[in-house]
Amino acid sequence: MSKIFETPLYPYERSPDQEAVTPVRHKVVVIGAGPIGLGLAIDLALHDVPVVVLDDNDKVSFGSRAVCYAKRPLEILDRLGCGAPMVDKGVEWNLGKVFFDQRQIYDFNLLPEDGHKQPAFVNLQQYYFEDYMVARVRELQAEGKRIELRGGNKVVAIGDHPDHVHIEIETPEGPYELEADWLIACDGANSPTRRMMGLDFVGKVFEDNFLIADVVMEADFPTERWFWFDPPFNRGQSALLHKQPDNVWRIDFQIGWDIDRKEELKPENIDRRLRAMLGPDIKYELEWSSIYTFQCRRMERFHKGRVIFAGDAAHQVSPFGARGANSGLQDTDNLAWKLKLILDGTAPETLLDSYDAERIHGADENILNSTRSTDFITPKSEISRIFRDAVLDLAEAHEFARPFVNSGRLSVPAIYDGSPLNTPDGLDGGPERSRPGAPCPDVPLGAGYLLDRLGGGFTILSIDCEAEEAVTEGGVTATRLALSTKDDPTGALAQRYLGTAPSAVYLIRPDQHVAARFPEYDVQQIRFAIRRATGKE
Amino acid sequence: MAKLTLTRNIDAPDDFYAELIAAHEGLSKAESDALNARLVLTLANHIGDRAVLTEALAVAKSAG
Repeated sequence: MSKIFETPLYPYERSPDQEAVTPVRHKVVVIGAGPIGLGLAIDLALHDVPVVVLDDNDKVSFGSRAVCYAKRPLEILDRLGCGAPMVDKGVEWNLGKVFFDQRQIYDFNLLPEDGHKQPAFVNLQQYYFEDYMVARVRELQAEGKRIELRGGNKVVAIGDHPDHVHIEIETPEGPYELEADWLIACDGANSPTRRMMGLDFVGKVFEDNFLIADVVMEADFPTERWFWFDPPFNRGQSALLHKQPDNVWRIDFQIGWDIDRKEELKPENIDRRLRAMLGPDIKYELEWSSIYTFQCRRMERFHKGRVIFAGDAAHQVSPFGARGANSGLQDTDNLAWKLKLILDGTAPETLLDSYDAERIHGADENILNSTRSTDFITPKSEISRIFRDAVLDLAEAHEFARPFVNSGRLSVPAIYDGSPLNTPDGLDGGPERSRPGAPCPDVPLGAGYLLDRLGGGFTILSIDCEAEEAVTEGGVTATRLALSTKDDPTGALAQRYLGTAPSAVYLIRPDQHVAARFPEYDVQQIRFAIRRATGKE
Repeated sequence: MAKLTLTRNIDAPDDFYAELIAAHEGLSKAESDALNARLVLTLANHIGDRAVLTEALAVAKSAG
């Protein structure tokens, strides 16, 4: 088993804050050093917002856990400066196969579009993910950014006051207290913060269990996602096989509702399942096993007073769609720049309402898709199973039935249609995919890519037209990126940003979502769009 | 307005009805249920129009 689980990455160290007579005030305190807490902290540090991350542990997560990362989160990670090692280490895949009983009924190819820096999907164990993020934190610290990781710091009480949050912390050397302008809870689906504040977490728990067995084995399965409905080795249930780096294979078995968890997790029982699936002679090492239940839930609001929730702490979905960590990173992508503006005093605190609006929209989309997948994978009534099996029976021979087959609808980025930060679309003939609220589609530009050229602030992207080099409105500056379709050998820029329009000006937010677009430059329109995108209109 | 055809539309209705019943002959209840489900899905795809399908569901539900 990998030693990476066992090495303390951010061991407890005494902080000068623990000597203070009155609690030291920080701008932002993050609870939880998982992928979401670290993602947020790195994003804030890049915005020069000092941040302290508290975690009761001091190591990467035990076991692979989240393994599947989609294009949009990879783009976010790339912006944070830690995407490259993840893509390098990760296993890229595009093909999936679906089996029903003994037969392969169809396969699918994600057919990633050309001209994007990031692949459609990579699989990577969560412990690598966290390891690379901690390395990035260390790099930023070396550059002098004020980002602090405090292991062995367990938050035990929270007081939400009008102008700050009071935090009580236990450490191996006893308790101490802190204050924060803003507290961000990234402490997972069982969020102790949520519980301490007595906040709701409403939704659906599906009465079924899945056993995860991550095994290390030399196997000649291709790098594809294989999903079985009702296979001979797991009758009446489903199963999934997916590859991770280092010859680690993720295997999920649906095992039903009335089970003895302890019994199921015994190595000899897992071994029996694995041999039924992979053959009696396989050689493997069990790296990690776990049992989980499908749940689709979210908080009613994602912030209360000065406490903000992100990732699984705010919303939880069933797996098989890669919508957990992927949507959590979209939360932090959305939140970091808003907090920065609020702390700078260049946006009102009510800008946070747009975090709720946009990310609840994203969470609801994920919950809807995830609930539908779950209903297909684990039909809960006789008639639901009859239709499910009818779809699977038809799908082998008939193309029309394949779109109904639902073994997980894979994560796509949220488009913030109807967001209060959007300016109504002003670009006649502009492509649908880059409308206000959408994340910017990537485009190859010479030796690089468009997303690399969008800085950490607001950008005025002008294509084939004049514009000012910078506009400052209410303390918020948008900087111009001038592009021309004359330097667009692949035609992707025109196709993804102009459509049938001869020229365009886009206002792009720091999280690379489109705030507004127009046929040509008009400074008054840009000023209005900046005010709107910062919660002032 | 209603787009679902609710007036007679099949030539020789007796023939079709007999064919429908004959298709189920000799099948167990489970096999018949499966056949009906495959038939519904196949016909639904042929119709395609989402508004018509929603209307058809409403008609079928209210008639029972």
